[in-house]
Amino acid sequence: MSIEKTTRLKVALLGNPNAGKSSLFNHLTGLNQKIGNFPGVTVDKKTGTSKISDNLYAEIIDLPGTYSLYPKSLDEQIVLDLLHSKKDPSSPDLLLVVIDASTFKRNMLLFTQIRDLGFPVILVLNMLDLAEQHGIKIDPLKLEKELNVPIVAINARTGAGIRELKAAIACPVHTPPESYYKPGPLASGIISEVKENFSLENDYQAILLAHQYDNMRGLPQKEKEELARLVKKWSFDSKVFQSKETIARYDVITRILKETVEEKSVDDKELTSTKIDRILTHKVFGYLLFFFILLVLFQSIFAWASFPMDLIDGGIAWINGALKQNLPGGPFTDLLTDGLIAGLGGVLIFIPQIAILFAFIAVLEESGYMSRVMFLMDKLMRPFGMSGRSVVPLISGVACAVPAIMSTRSIENWKERLITIFVTPLMSCSARIPVFTILIALVVPEKDILGFFNLQGIVLMALYLLGFLSAIISGFVMNKILQNKQRSFFIMELPSYRIPRWKNVGLTIYEKVKTFVLEAGKVIVAISVVLWVLASYGPGDIETKALDEVRQEQPELAESTPDFDNAVSGKKLELSYAGKFGHFIEPVIRPLGFDWKIGVALITSFAAREVFIGTMSTIYSVGDSGDDEATIKQRMKEEINPKTGGPMYTPALAFSLLIFYLFAMQCMSTLAVVYRETKGWTWPLIQLVYMTGLAYGLSFITYHIFS
Amino acid sequence: MGDPKKSIADLKIGEKGIVCCFKDEEMSLKLLEMGCLPGSMVELSNKAPLGDPICIKVSGYNLSLRLEEAATVMLR
Repeated sequence: MSIEKTTRLKVALLGNPNAGKSSLFNHLTGLNQKIGNFPGVTVDKKTGTSKISDNLYAEIIDLPGTYSLYPKSLDEQIVLDLLHSKKDPSSPDLLLVVIDASTFKRNMLLFTQIRDLGFPVILVLNMLDLAEQHGIKIDPLKLEKELNVPIVAINARTGAGIRELKAAIACPVHTPPESYYKPGPLASGIISEVKENFSLENDYQAILLAHQYDNMRGLPQKEKEELARLVKKWSFDSKVFQSKETIARYDVITRILKETVEEKSVDDKELTSTKIDRILTHKVFGYLLFFFILLVLFQSIFAWASFPMDLIDGGIAWINGALKQNLPGGPFTDLLTDGLIAGLGGVLIFIPQIAILFAFIAVLEESGYMSRVMFLMDKLMRPFGMSGRSVVPLISGVACAVPAIMSTRSIENWKERLITIFVTPLMSCSARIPVFTILIALVVPEKDILGFFNLQGIVLMALYLLGFLSAIISGFVMNKILQNKQRSFFIMELPSYRIPRWKNVGLTIYEKVKTFVLEAGKVIVAISVVLWVLASYGPGDIETKALDEVRQEQPELAESTPDFDNAVSGKKLELSYAGKFGHFIEPVIRPLGFDWKIGVALITSFAAREVFIGTMSTIYSVGDSGDDEATIKQRMKEEINPKTGGPMYTPALAFSLLIFYLFAMQCMSTLAVVYRETKGWTWPLIQLVYMTGLAYGLSFITYHIFS
Repeated sequence: MGDPKKSIADLKIGEKGIVCCFKDEEMSLKLLEMGCLPGSMVELSNKAPLGDPICIKVSGYNLSLRLEEAATVMLR
């Protein structure tokens, strides 16, 4: 490969939802993707690099799907924000508009709007095969002549046409000056004045500015005021003009369609999707199936994941054992094994569960089933102040509240969105899985029920249901408290069912696991190391102090026996900074059945729940001498309650702790994202107080029921 | 043409109609861009288990909407 000068091109992908944009994005970029935020907003910005030719690279931006340039949700607003000014340095050099040929007419609305903005455009015609099944036959050559833009036919499922698309990207695209939509004479006054005052060359950009100046980010207040003045001066009624524009565009599209598309009506030959819908959205089967899918999901998180998890767990323990045997003893080795690797193990072990969870979510999304779930659930969600659209954030909340809260941007109604944001963290996210898994395994026997379901899996599902119930009950209460001024609506496409594209599923899993390992990993490893230091050192010489105290308190123990060493290291931990910290908060958490060791874990895992396990590993590794191969689960199992002499982790304690981790808002990232999405501290603070209060109260009740 | 009395919400499963006009301006903007235009044919293809929302076939694809919204689209 030549290392000559290479050029970089900025290319944005646009299109209707379900038009195949993401598949195309995956074909173009493969593993060179990253997810970031758009500057200033927390909406996923998927970008990736694509090698177009030997010395041409393109940065591809995957934009949220939209039906028009009149955004109804914050998600769609992003598209308009990026396109409204060609002068913006972040504005793309070339737009690829992906069209689903099977719903050609509707898809073309967005295309004509985008091309009228004056950007260089390539029309990417996808799903021609599906279109033919629907009786639509498109002649790409004729269409290209008619539209006067380059057209590339692709199949985003198989990857056919990608080479041709790259060739088209490499060629400079000529943009014809004339536009499809000619605004009537009524609008010409305001258009020319906006163009003049804002030094725009393009009519359609001027129109969009007059329509939507109020919602555009990055438009200075002074310019907004100026636009408001112009709108008033020319009595420009946005709604009337938008409706006229849409109808006029469809007229143009219908004319183009007549020239280039052969439409045979597949006269009521029932389409497969409709047939599947009869079953999947059936009165009884619809809900049963949905419930069954959820059940399988939780079972698989438990059953399928346990084998690779045990492997990882064992592997980490083996590495730690080997390191301890071969490295010289001392604080450095201890830090490496008990601090760093123990903490890292706490992250890596959850990869299988996270992968399975996201695989499920990706498959449901890819197959088109997810929108049926919204359809099924819409009416049920309404009494709780939410809509069918809230179901996806709630289900994604099972993976992680952060992207789930970001995905509420597709909810148009502010009150529904706020309620969804508020209750989503109550859904059990994957960060709770580690805590759940370990505690359930400690106190719930591994028994089969009905020969198929596993008792532990059922307890896990019960916890998820409890989270869901608390979410909808909270929504119900909020619905009663909050006032709603905005109208709620539910106009949504139900895409055709498709076999999931496994490459997309694979990339989703890869992306999510990578984000989890890197993002959560950084925090967990850092906290593990800090914790190891806090747990290994204390005020004064804790080593000598621990020795003296054990000699005094337990004179019956012979020195240099394993029992004596254990007692000393336990004492040492208690005397350390971490131990002091735990003791300090012990009075507050004792009513829930927790001791100071759990107290340390509670404090550290306030940043992120999954830190609990890392903390436990560190505390018990430090507090335990010898027996290095024992994993955290075993160590917790062997922990003795000094007061009762019985096991520390009784069902009462374990269930109380489970409930606490189920409800408490132990996630800084969630708080931060709620702050950004609601633009203030009010909601995150209410959420923090509400969830922590709920956790404390319910844990208290649970502990006293079980003990 | 006479006064239209029937809306999409009144259709039975499998029944078709031609869109005539909208009773609600705000809703009409959203429906228009989804291809639900005056003169286009709609067919009620499915209902959610609780009878609401419903699913119609319009310009070659499935669109779901609530009964309340469907009642604003008059048929001729």
